[in-house]
Amino acid sequence: MAITAVAFYTLATITIVSAFLVIAARNPVHSVLFLILTFFTTAGLFVLMGAEFLAMLLVVVYVGAVAVLFLFVVMMLDIDFAELKRGFLSYLPLGGLIGVILVAQFLLVGSAWVSPENAARSPAEFGEGGTAEALGRILYTEYVLVFQLSGMVLFTAMIGAIVLTLRQREGVKRQNVATQVGRRRTEAVVLKDVKPGEGI
Amino acid sequence: MESYLLEYLPIVILIAIAVALGAAFILAAWVLAPRSPDPEKVSAYECGFNAFDDARMKFDVRFYLVAILFIIFDLEVAFLFPWAVTLDETGVFGFWSMMVFLGVLTVGFIYEWKKGALEWE
Amino acid sequence: MVGYDFVPFVEWGTGVEWTLMKVGQILAIVVMLLLTLAYILLFDRKVWAAVQMRKGPNVVGPFGTLQSFADFFKFVLKEIVIPAGANKTVFLLAPLLTFTLAFAAWAVVPIAPGWVISDLNVGILYLFAISSLGVYGIIMGGWASNSKYPFLGSLRSAAQMVSYEVSIGLVIITVLLVVGSMNLGAIVDAQSGGLHTWHAFKFLNVTEPATVAVGVVLFVMFVVFFVSALAETNRPPFDLPEAESELVAGYQVEYSSTPYLLFMIGEYLNIVLMCALITLLFLGGWHLPWGAVNDPWLGFLVFYVKLWLVFFVFAMVKAIVPRFRYDQLMRIGWKIFLPTSLVAVVLVAAYVVFGRGAA
Repeated sequence: MAITAVAFYTLATITIVSAFLVIAARNPVHSVLFLILTFFTTAGLFVLMGAEFLAMLLVVVYVGAVAVLFLFVVMMLDIDFAELKRGFLSYLPLGGLIGVILVAQFLLVGSAWVSPENAARSPAEFGEGGTAEALGRILYTEYVLVFQLSGMVLFTAMIGAIVLTLRQREGVKRQNVATQVGRRRTEAVVLKDVKPGEGI
Repeated sequence: MESYLLEYLPIVILIAIAVALGAAFILAAWVLAPRSPDPEKVSAYECGFNAFDDARMKFDVRFYLVAILFIIFDLEVAFLFPWAVTLDETGVFGFWSMMVFLGVLTVGFIYEWKKGALEWE
Repeated sequence: MVGYDFVPFVEWGTGVEWTLMKVGQILAIVVMLLLTLAYILLFDRKVWAAVQMRKGPNVVGPFGTLQSFADFFKFVLKEIVIPAGANKTVFLLAPLLTFTLAFAAWAVVPIAPGWVISDLNVGILYLFAISSLGVYGIIMGGWASNSKYPFLGSLRSAAQMVSYEVSIGLVIITVLLVVGSMNLGAIVDAQSGGLHTWHAFKFLNVTEPATVAVGVVLFVMFVVFFVSALAETNRPPFDLPEAESELVAGYQVEYSSTPYLLFMIGEYLNIVLMCALITLLFLGGWHLPWGAVNDPWLGFLVFYVKLWLVFFVFAMVKAIVPRFRYDQLMRIGWKIFLPTSLVAVVLVAAYVVFGRGAA
């Protein structure tokens, strides 16, 4: 009995069960926590396939950053989820249709999929440094256009986030460090000779 | 494959040991310590009065903005990792390729700075 | 081996011996960490006390050396109070998660030449991944308590930790650029040639002008990393998530007994991890200032001493520096550290591509 097989089936089972619980859990926070578990076990599957760099990136980006945002939204946003779920069944025909189309597409892709000869190799074949360096050798030279495009996507996301969320509030006092530090004694303090009983 | 995957087995073992140890600590207190909950003890902590309302409230949208910006910069760092270790091989072309990428993002960064998205009031 | 199939890489029988050996090593490291933690806690309190001209813990054992163990038993014998409005599962899961992650990170940290639980190719990325998960324990704990102070504390903490994570990532990139490997052992061995090859002190290498220039940049990165490490671990002066005067104890308000202990162990373990990381990335790991070390025991000793010295600075900062205001904290993270480290990445990369070939 091979440990890899045991590990694969354990991880795959947890992935599927927790992915199901993401949509089945009543509490949205539990949903997000199950989503995180799904990401984790998927990262484990990546490791089993030899893609350790992708596995780490999945954890860094999806678990460490994207899911934090999700958690922020569901934990802190005061949405009444009972309210949201009320009209749930009326969406069933449309939702079901989309689901069926998705499954059909997956089946089409899956049946036509030919695994390339060189796919899913062991990291040892990539030489010193493994998959990360193998990726680095081609991503920034051969696939430079795609790489720059992804930079543009990030740029758009950045601008979009600011346009959508940034609200300037009126009448808020801000600290301007340069002005504060650049103040001189002569502009800040005035020496007055106050006579008793007269005031300034 | 063998030696590569063998490096991950100890991590799994370590995590298992850590979980067991942590659970043992909690269980130890559960078994050894007294338990006598009363309504005052288990109520949420406030400064001497009862809580007015649910503690989970809406908060400033700024926190979301920080989270979104973090995702973007985290992705940027993710792109930098393989670049950093192969720069001596990809050489001048790899360097300029990344400079263009960083340049685009720096424009975004300057935009958000000027817009005041980084101000915290 | 073309194509992927389930290759049995450990047969039960032959692998058992190896697995048992690994389990032994892991247990040894876990015990070492817990003992280190017990004394680092005491040391932290002693330094803090000394700065304030107090004696610190001095009753339990000679000079208070058994204080942490007494504290441990006290924690275990206290009642676990779970607030009525809390979400019980998440409430108990949060400290367990913090605790587990803090230990999991140590799997790839080499503590002496050849002494590492798991020698990953992507070791530093693994550490980065694990440390980016630390925020979960805090958010979950704060949310599950269903109480105002923990909620605010966890919110602050989450925003703070993610803000400084970016600069930590960029600083790590500068070191990777110089070394050219993500393996922590390789990073340490790149600094084996004495003090002037340590990344923090590369500017001492006066024979090569280009190296001096990049050394200055790396020294700045060393400082940025140190301060970011303080912020990332919620240490003073960046301990806003648990600012006593405003939030009582932040996300830990509702915790008692061993769940609180787990939070505290996790937090201090992360601090020790950051000390170890500073040692490995910038201060030459287990190498002595005047040359390489190949003996594991001596290497461990050197590494351990350096770790304690870095922690001493952590403790002194806690004792001396006043707490930052939240807007100042965010400004330093986003407006100073992020641009500085971004520029540093560009400079170091330029050195690697153009400068090193010329020199």
